Amino acid sequence: MVEHGDIRVVHRGGSKIDFRQPVITNDSRFLLCASGECVKVFSTSTEECIHDLQGHTDLVTGVLLRPSNHLQVYSCSIDGTVRLWDFTDGILIKTYVIGCPVYSIYASANHEGVIFIVVPMLGDKRSELFQLVAVHLPQSGDQLVESRELSAVLSNVSSNPADIAFGRGGEYIASAKGLQLKVFFFKKQKSYEFSLKEDNKKGGLNTFTCVACHPKDDCIATGHGDGKIRLWRNFNHKKEYTYSTLHWHHNAVSSLCFTPEGTNLLSGGVESVLVQWRYNQESQRDFLPRLGAAITHIAVSPDGALFCTSHSDNKITIIQSCVKVSAVIQGLVKVLRLMARTKEGESVQTDLIVDPRSKALVLNGKPGHLQFYSLQRDKLLYNLDIVQQEYIHELGLEQFEVVKAAFDASGTWLATVEERKQKSAELEVNLKLWAFDEQTQSFVLNTTISAPHEARITAMCFRQATDSQTTMLVSTSKDGHFKAWQLATPAHTEDEGPSWSCDFVGTYHGLVPECCCFSADSSLLAVSFQEVVTVWSPTSWELLTTLSQPPGAIRDLCFGRLSCSKYLLGTTAKNLLCCWNLLTCSLEWSTSMDISLLLADPLSENMAAFCCQAGCTDLFVFKPSEPRPLFSHKAVCSGTVTRAVFAPREKMLDSCEENSQWLNRSQLHFLTQYMDLMTFTTKAEDDRLMASSKQLVIDDSVAMTPFYLLLGKHRHQQQENQDPMSSLSAERTPLPQSSVAIKELLQTPAHVLPSTSFLCSMFVQSLLISVTDLSGCRENNKKAEEEMESEKEEEDSEQEMESSIVRSEQAAVSVQSAECAAPALTKAQVRELRRLKKLDHSWLAGLLDS
Amino acid sequence: MASFKPTNIPVYPKLGEKVTQDTLYWKNYKAPVQIKEFGAITNIDFSPVTPHNFAVTAFTRIHIYGPFSQEPVKTFTRFKDTAYCGRFRSDGQLLVAGCEDSVVRLFDVGGKVALRMFRGHTKAVHVTDFTSDRYQILTGSDDYTCRLWDIPNATELNVYQEHTDYIRCGITSKLNRDLFITGSYDHTLKVFDARVDKSVMSMDHGQPIESLLLYPSEGLLVSAGGRYVKVWDLLKGGQPLVSLRNHHKTVTCLALSSNGQRLLSASLDRHVKVYSTTNYKVVHNFDYAASILSLALAPDDESIVVGMTNSILSIKHRKSPEESREISGQQRRRPSYRVFVKGKNYVPKQDDYLVSKPVKQYLAKYDKQLKKFNVSKALDCALEKWIRLRNPEVPVAVIKELDRRGTLKNALAGRDEQQLSRLLSFLIGNLVDMRFAPVLVVAAEMILDIYRSILGQSPVIDRQLLRMQDLLEREIDYQKELVEVLGMLDTMFASSLPKMEVPWISSATLLPLEVAVPSKKLNFPLEGGICI
Repeated sequence: MVEHGDIRVVHRGGSKIDFRQPVITNDSRFLLCASGECVKVFSTSTEECIHDLQGHTDLVTGVLLRPSNHLQVYSCSIDGTVRLWDFTDGILIKTYVIGCPVYSIYASANHEGVIFIVVPMLGDKRSELFQLVAVHLPQSGDQLVESRELSAVLSNVSSNPADIAFGRGGEYIASAKGLQLKVFFFKKQKSYEFSLKEDNKKGGLNTFTCVACHPKDDCIATGHGDGKIRLWRNFNHKKEYTYSTLHWHHNAVSSLCFTPEGTNLLSGGVESVLVQWRYNQESQRDFLPRLGAAITHIAVSPDGALFCTSHSDNKITIIQSCVKVSAVIQGLVKVLRLMARTKEGESVQTDLIVDPRSKALVLNGKPGHLQFYSLQRDKLLYNLDIVQQEYIHELGLEQFEVVKAAFDASGTWLATVEERKQKSAELEVNLKLWAFDEQTQSFVLNTTISAPHEARITAMCFRQATDSQTTMLVSTSKDGHFKAWQLATPAHTEDEGPSWSCDFVGTYHGLVPECCCFSADSSLLAVSFQEVVTVWSPTSWELLTTLSQPPGAIRDLCFGRLSCSKYLLGTTAKNLLCCWNLLTCSLEWSTSMDISLLLADPLSENMAAFCCQAGCTDLFVFKPSEPRPLFSHKAVCSGTVTRAVFAPREKMLDSCEENSQWLNRSQLHFLTQYMDLMTFTTKAEDDRLMASSKQLVIDDSVAMTPFYLLLGKHRHQQQENQDPMSSLSAERTPLPQSSVAIKELLQTPAHVLPSTSFLCSMFVQSLLISVTDLSGCRENNKKAEEEMESEKEEEDSEQEMESSIVRSEQAAVSVQSAECAAPALTKAQVRELRRLKKLDHSWLAGLLDS
Repeated sequence: MASFKPTNIPVYPKLGEKVTQDTLYWKNYKAPVQIKEFGAITNIDFSPVTPHNFAVTAFTRIHIYGPFSQEPVKTFTRFKDTAYCGRFRSDGQLLVAGCEDSVVRLFDVGGKVALRMFRGHTKAVHVTDFTSDRYQILTGSDDYTCRLWDIPNATELNVYQEHTDYIRCGITSKLNRDLFITGSYDHTLKVFDARVDKSVMSMDHGQPIESLLLYPSEGLLVSAGGRYVKVWDLLKGGQPLVSLRNHHKTVTCLALSSNGQRLLSASLDRHVKVYSTTNYKVVHNFDYAASILSLALAPDDESIVVGMTNSILSIKHRKSPEESREISGQQRRRPSYRVFVKGKNYVPKQDDYLVSKPVKQYLAKYDKQLKKFNVSKALDCALEKWIRLRNPEVPVAVIKELDRRGTLKNALAGRDEQQLSRLLSFLIGNLVDMRFAPVLVVAAEMILDIYRSILGQSPVIDRQLLRMQDLLEREIDYQKELVEVLGMLDTMFASSLPKMEVPWISSATLLPLEVAVPSKKLNFPLEGGICI
C-alpha cells in the first residue's frame, strides 16, 4: 500500500450473517443481524438487504431491540461501544463508550435505562473470564456518551450470548456455564447455583449449551451437549428444585427459544431440524426437517408470527409459525467446518471459478453443492446440487465432496468431480458433466461417469473450443493416466441425447500427471508429469515435445494469452518460475520465487503470481514477455493464498496509470487463509461506489394484506385523479436555484443563519416560477447582486454562505443560456442575447474579481 | 425446507447387444413357422408376381407354398433324382429346375408334367435360370460347362467350357438379356456375354464359390465362397471392393433386402448376418437350429424363409403394425383419459385467486423407509422378489446408500433365517457382477462378521455360504486367467508397435483391448458414459 496508494486490498462481501442471533422487529417487517463490522437490516418479505448500519470499528457481537422504543436497536461490539440506532432510516442515534470489549448484550422492559452486557473480567482483552455487568445509560443529548459506570451482576459467565437469558418480566436472570446454572433474582439480590455431574450413566455430556426462560412462567429450559433439554422449576429454593428432561436431539442442542406467549419451545441443533415442543405437553412435538444445515440460532418475532433460524452455512431462514419456509437469506457459504479434521486443511477444494455465462463466482458451498455467488451484488445466486443425495446431518460421517469443477469457454458445459473416501473402502469418484439448459436457465445433469480414474483426479480442464470444434475435457489422475473425454453422438436409439465418453488415454513413463492446461487457441495441451512438461496435440494425440527443468515437480502450469500465447509458464515445488518459449522449445527465462499460485488473466496478457514469503503473501502481476513486473504488492495478507481468480468486469475501466492498468478488464479476487474474499480496487472505483451507495433510496412498500388489495385499487384511482394537479406542482421543483436555496436554509445550523428578513426574500424568490425571459432573469440577478453588495459590508460572518449562493446563481445563468442556445432563435432574440452577453460579461467579470 | 432427495439409482450401460434401428426392424418378425421337408433344402425362390408364392427345392421334389400357407399349394415330383435350383421366370408362369440325372426340366406353374426336358449335360445340373428376355435358359453343371438353351425349340444354343471345376452358382442379368455370371468351385467367377463365345470378365474369389448376387443396379456383384463374402465392382472391370469374413463356416447363400440397403448372408455356421451396404458392417444377426443351405426374402421383407440341412423350412412373417403395437399396449393398462383430465382442464377466470397445490413427491417404498430412518425395513423393501430379480441395481443402490449413512451394519443385523437366506441368495446372484462388486463385497464382509457366531446352526444358510465360497473361488480363477491373457496381449501389442523416437507407449491402442476383454473383469473402470 505504500508504493501504490491508489490500489487497495478490500474485503469483498461474503461476511458472516450467522454469527449472532438475528432480531425480528415488532412489526415483523425487518430482520436485523450482526454481520462483521456492521448490522444488516433485511426485509423479511423480499429477502433484500435494505441497509447496513455502519459505524462500529470491530466485530459486532450483539443486536437487541430497545425495550422502551421498538423503532430503535442497540448493538454492541468488540470495539468497546454500544450504539443505538434508528433502523428504519439507518441513523446512528447515540454511541455509549464502555471502554472494554463487549461480547453480548441483554435488556429487559423492567429495567428502564439499564442494559446488561458481558465484558471481560478484568477489563483485559485476553482474559478468559467474563462477567455480566449492568450499565446505566446516562440521559444526555450528546451523540457520544461515556458510560463507564459498570456494576457487576454475575461473575464467571460464558461469553456465548445463548448462555444467558432474562426470566419472566425481568425478575431474574439465568446464566449457564460448563456444568453450572446460576439464577440471579434482582429483587432479593440473591443468586442460586445448580450443578450437574459431568457425565451421566450412558456417557452423555451434561454440559450446558444454551438457556431460555419462559416468558410467563417460572421455568428455565436448558440445552445440553448430549442433546437433552431440561426444564427447571422451583429454582428459587436451594434444595427443592426439580427438572424434567426432554430428549429428541442426538447431538448438542445449539439453540432454544420460547414463543412470546410461552406456549411452545423451539429447539435446534446439528440435525438441522427445528423441533417445536408444546409447553406442558412435551410428548407432542412438531418437526420442520431438512433445513439445510446445522441450526445455530433461533429467534421469534415479538408477535410470534415469524420464526427465524440461522444456520451454519451462513443462512437465515424465515419460517411462518413452524409451517412453511417463507424466505431464505443466504450469504456466501463458508466451508471452514469439518475440514479441520482432514489433513489437507484446505477448505475450498474446487478452485475459484467464474461462470462465463452469469459472471458469478463459483466455489464449494453447502456440502455436495456448488454455489454461484454474484460478485457485483454480493448475493448468493443459487446453489447447484452436485451430489444429489440426501445429506445426513451426523457428525463423523464421510460425505461426498465436490473437489473439482470446470466450465468450458462458453459456459454451456460444467464438469464436476465428487469424491468420498472412507477409511477402509475404495475411493469413490464420480465425474459429472452438466449441460446448461436455456429454458430452465440452470445446469442439467447430462452424463455421470462413475470411477473415471482409478485414483484421485488431480486436475481437469476444458478445451477452449472455438465454435467448430467439439468440446473436450481432459482429466489427469494419480493413477498415472490422463484421459480425454468427448461428447459423442448417441450410439443407439434408446439414448435421448449425446453423452460423454472417453476418447483417449495417455501416459508418460508411468509418472503421475499433476496439472494440465490448454493453450489459448486450444491447439496444444500441456500436461505436467512431475518434473516433466509434455506438450500434446489434441487433434492427433501425438506427443509433440517435452520440456523439463529438473529440480522440483511442477506445481502450476499455464499458457500465455493473446500476444504472449507462445509462452508456457510453470512453477515448480523448488521455488522456480519458468517460462518456456514454445516456438523454440527452450527456456526463455526463469526466476527463483516461492510461488503458491500462478494464474493468467483470460482477457489480457497479464499473469498474477502469489508469492509466499515469511508468513505473508506478496502479489506480482507481470507479462511473460516483459522482465519487469507491472505491479507488485507486498504483504497482501498473512498466510498463503491458494485460491484466486480473475473475474471479468461488467464495465471496462479506463484508467491509464501504469500500475492500475491491469485492473481495467478484470478484477482479481482471492481467498485468504481465513476464507475471506478479498479483491483489489482502484481509488476511482472506490469513489464511484461511495457515490452510488448514497443515491440508493429504498422505497419500502406497504405489506400485501387483504386490506391493501381492497383499498389499494381505490387509492390508486384517487392518485390518478390527483396526478394532473401534482404534476403542476412538480413543475416548480426541479429548479436548481430553488433547491439549493432551500437546502441551505434547512441544513445550515440555526445559529449561523442570517436574519429572517434577509432569508425571507431569498426563499420567496426561490419559490418563484423560473423566468424564461432572459431580461427578467437579468433583472433578478441584478437585484440579488445589489442586495448582496449592500449586505456584504455589514456582515462579514456570512461570507461563506453568500459566495455559495452567488456560485449557484452563476451556474443557473449559464445553464439557462445553454438551454436558450439550443433551439432556433428569432433575430430579435439573438440580438437581445448578444446584448445580454455583453452586459453579463461586465458584471460577471467584476464579480469574479471581487 | 428442502424436500427429501430419493436414492439415486444409477443407470448402467446395457451390456451385450445394443438396440439400433436395425435390431428393431429385424426383430419385428413373428415366431417362425417350421415345416419338415423330405431332405436338405437346397434352394428357395420367390415368384416375382403376386401373391409371391415361393418354390422350395428339397430332395426329389419342388414344393410351391403360398405366402401364408403351411401346406404346399403345388408339388412337382417328376424327378428321377435329387432336384436342384427351382426358379421362377420373371412373369411367374414357368419354373425351371436342374436334376442330379443331368436333365433340366421346365414346368408350367399350373401343370404337373414337364413342358420341356433339356438333355445335353453329362453330370448333375446345379444351376438353372431364365434370361431376362424370358426365352432362354442358362444352366450350369458338374461337367464344368454352362449352356444356354432356347425354350421354344428346346435346343442348345451355346456351350461354355471355361470353368475347370463344378459350376454351383450362376445368375443372369435382369437388365441385359445377353449377360450372365457363373461361379465355380475352381474359385473363379466369370461374366459371359451370349453374343460372344468367350467370357468377358473373370475374377478370382479364392475359395470355391457357393452363391452369387447382383445388385439391382447391376454395378456390384456379391460372391460367397468359403468363409468369405466378397463384393466386386463390375463397372471397374471386376475390381474387388470389400471382403467380409464374419462367418466361421462356409457361406452358402446371399440375399438382398427389398430396399437394397441390407445384405444378408447365410452360412453353415447356423447364422444369418445382416450387413449394411453402405459400410459393410454387421448390423444384425439371426441364429438358427441347423446349418443353413438356402435363404430367401419375400418382396418388402414380408417374410424370411430359410432352408436347413436337417430338412426344416423356417418361415418368419413380419408383424403387422397393429400386432406390434398391441404388444406394447398390453403391458400396461392406463387409467382412462377422463380420470387424468378430471379437474385439470378448468381455466381460471380473470379475477380468480389461484391457490397452488403443493406438488406431491412420490417416493419408492424403500425411500419412504429411508426418510424415516428405518434402515432394516428399507433394505427389506428393496429386496422384494420382483425388484431383486428384475432390477438388481435397486437393492445395490439402497445398500450403497445405507453404507454412506453408516447404518449398513444395523440394517444387516438381527435377521432370521428366512430373511438372511434371501439376502444371501441376492449376494450370490450379483456378487461377481463387476458393476455391483465394490458395494456388495462390503455388505458380504459385514454379513460374515455379524453372523459368524451362528454358523452351523442352519443348514440352509450353511449351504448358501458354501455356494458363495465356491463362486468366489471360481471368480478368482477367472481373474487370474484374464490377467494372464492381458499380459500376453500386452507383449504382442508392444512388439507390434513401431518404435517411436520419443519412447512412450500410447495407451490408446490398449483401450480397445480393454473393452474386448469379457465384462467379468472386476478392476476395469467403466469406460462408457452413463446417460441419465
